[in-house]
Amino acid sequence: MAGAVDEQKGRSDAAAPAAIELRGISKSFGPVQANKNISLRVPKGTIHGIIGENGAGKSTLMSILYGFYKPDSGEIQVNGNTLTITDSQTAIRAGIGMVFQHFKLVQNFTVLENIILGAEDGPLLRTSLSKARGVLKQLAQEYQLNVDPDETIEELSVGHQQRVEILKALYRQADILILDEPTGVLTPAEADHLFRILEGLKAEGKTIILITHKLREIMEITDNVSVMRRGEMVASVKTAETSPEELAELMVGRKVLLNVDKAPANPGAPILEVRDLKLVDADGVERLRGISFDIRAGEILGVAGVSGNGQTQLLELLGGYPEKGSKISGSVRMNGETLDLTGTGSDAATRRARGIGHIPEDRQVEGLIMDFAAWENVAFGYHHAPEFNKGLLMDNAAILLDAEQKMERFDVRPRNPNLAARNFSGGNQQKIVVAREIERNPDLLLIGQPTRGVDIGAIEFIHKRIVELRDSGKAILLVSVELDEILSLSDRIAVMFDGRIMGERLPDSTTTGELGLLMAGIVDTENTPDSAGIPPDLKHVEELPQEPA
Amino acid sequence: MDFNTIIQILDSAVRLMTPLLLACLAGLYSERSGIFDIGLEGKMLMAAFTAASVAYVTGSAWLGLLAGIGGSLGLSLIHGVASITFMGNQLISGVAINFLASGLTVLLGQKIFGLGGRTPSLEGPARFSEITLPFADSIRNAPIIGPIYADLISGHSILVYIAFLCVPLTWWVLNRTRFGLRLRAVGENPASVDTAGVSVARLRYAAVAICGILCGIAGAYLATSLSAGFVKEMTAGRGFIALAALIFAKWRPWSALFATFLFGLLEAIANRYPNLDIGPITIPSMFMNALPYILTVIILAGFVGRAIPPRAGGEPYVKER
Repeated sequence: MAGAVDEQKGRSDAAAPAAIELRGISKSFGPVQANKNISLRVPKGTIHGIIGENGAGKSTLMSILYGFYKPDSGEIQVNGNTLTITDSQTAIRAGIGMVFQHFKLVQNFTVLENIILGAEDGPLLRTSLSKARGVLKQLAQEYQLNVDPDETIEELSVGHQQRVEILKALYRQADILILDEPTGVLTPAEADHLFRILEGLKAEGKTIILITHKLREIMEITDNVSVMRRGEMVASVKTAETSPEELAELMVGRKVLLNVDKAPANPGAPILEVRDLKLVDADGVERLRGISFDIRAGEILGVAGVSGNGQTQLLELLGGYPEKGSKISGSVRMNGETLDLTGTGSDAATRRARGIGHIPEDRQVEGLIMDFAAWENVAFGYHHAPEFNKGLLMDNAAILLDAEQKMERFDVRPRNPNLAARNFSGGNQQKIVVAREIERNPDLLLIGQPTRGVDIGAIEFIHKRIVELRDSGKAILLVSVELDEILSLSDRIAVMFDGRIMGERLPDSTTTGELGLLMAGIVDTENTPDSAGIPPDLKHVEELPQEPA
Repeated sequence: MDFNTIIQILDSAVRLMTPLLLACLAGLYSERSGIFDIGLEGKMLMAAFTAASVAYVTGSAWLGLLAGIGGSLGLSLIHGVASITFMGNQLISGVAINFLASGLTVLLGQKIFGLGGRTPSLEGPARFSEITLPFADSIRNAPIIGPIYADLISGHSILVYIAFLCVPLTWWVLNRTRFGLRLRAVGENPASVDTAGVSVARLRYAAVAICGILCGIAGAYLATSLSAGFVKEMTAGRGFIALAALIFAKWRPWSALFATFLFGLLEAIANRYPNLDIGPITIPSMFMNALPYILTVIILAGFVGRAIPPRAGGEPYVKER
């Protein structure tokens, strides 16, 4: 591995070794084969996209490359040298840097401390810190990666935290940078900035591997793209020679509809009437600053917004489990009757009894008990229902039968109700939650991030079910950070920013640009052209707080 | 209460806080690395026993100290294997260590010495003697400074000075060294350490070992300096008080010094005034002796503000898919 760094300056003729060359990589976790005989070639100085559904094995493959897992078989070459990557240290020394989907940062450390962690120059910190400070300044100028080195991570926005992760890799002199779903947590402006950074890195001769499930990103920034499906590498093509439709087809192995088929809404009487809803959390932060809206029967109200602008609090409050110690005011009426916002009548069980179903934002924390079997999870929240009980005891046979039927109808795979929730893929876990809530036929369904980390096939399925529920005359509150999802599913769109609804738009007469401005808290959209993304002066504002002190 | 009485109470507080301080710092290393340790009590007890036994047999307090460290390290290793290598429950492992030490010390003590679990009294070089610092005698008569230096600062065993030196040393290690940075990181987010190419297990074992060494010194101090031999259950809950002090100190070394001093002071006052008269009421000795434990309960109940433990504390590190 010693020669790895020296070689990258070599001439880039056709015979030059690729930055990464994988041959026949296989990896199993128990009976699950995550990677089957994978081969991949990533030329130097390119941006290479890896795309595939959840559970297709993308993250496993990259984790193997970064020394997190040992492959069962296969060969890894970095810059022409065959390597046995047994731990992350080996990968780092070979010039590989990785930005994980969930950042690996120490929250109460400063930026500088996070950057030197594991790459210190000696047993004492002083020299490492001052050296890192210098290098950081240089990198910031070179790649527009401005971050205040003395800020602690918990004070930084996610976008800035991601920059710290990139800086960490660059500080370790990475030539090959792997980014796992980097834009999932970013605002459109932040994602845009990230892409400019990546292009800057590419111009410096760095190689970038971008793992994503967003076709638009692949088309926008990559040179080549490889598609994974069920643990196999099914295609590697030049981005310029393919199309989003072709890639989507390769990912799922069949044609998919990227747009949702739905008839115009036929709204009836108001189901949910929310007036001037305010919530101050236990830390005294105003999370909701006076929210008012209606949802009528047979209508989907989409709530767009960058996560962390009060959507979570809104869902939790309506679902009956606001954070402990929150102060709540305002009024909520359901089918004309007032809902208690505090006290014993405001808990989640009462809400369900009133006909409110809830697909929570985080299925692994709120939606499921990961170590419990699927059949138990299908009954949760409704386990007091008479059909699931016989006298004092639960009627497990009835619950199991019910779970089997729901799993059948929602095509949950594998169709094994005795398997723990943990052992299903993200999309199938979500289907379990969706089946549980939709099959109860609620008057109002609260949905948070229905397709986060869910593969395209499952997204399509879940979207169809949501529209079916709407068409049967139910009211739906859909909270999502995915603008595409909001635009294609909603009948009306409300945009949240900083605990307020900035405005309502109709999906047919708005654009992602307009919604993006509202999501950034800019109300005056009258003077900006419809087609614009984020205007340059806004980007400038975005940049300001990052100037080094 | 005159000045000399105050000096005497403070002097006593310093002696009594020393094992608490050592155990508290021991817990600090372990918990800052993400390994909760309620086995401080058991480790101290084991160390007190091995230290007293070896000191009695060899007649050397220093060999006793080494034996104390060894005994405590042995239990640390068990805790490490259970909670790091086998990813077991750290609380259960800690409880087990406390029971093991409680039973084993008495059993071995009876088997070896036949004194009902005690060791014979230690004398002479088998105990750590008190050190008189330079000039202590010549300035004793100076006003204020004299008694403070000669009676309060001077005249403790070497282990007391070691304990107090451990405070700035721990602060320095945590905040100024590579090891400290990694130690703090592994207690907050072990994945950050792992992805940086540093072994989580090795770091945690190192922390647990330091914890064992410090508990060993604490136990040896109890048996060969504060007392003159081992007595059944002689730690008397000090390991738990040290844990309370650690929470009170919010896992920081200088605050640990303050917190353990508070406990030491309470114990010293209780020793000095078994029956405290406040005007018409006499506070009974039982209440005075219970004061440190009452304070422990108050601290653990969260009356001293929010204490945020290291984020990854208590959780074994498993690489996620």
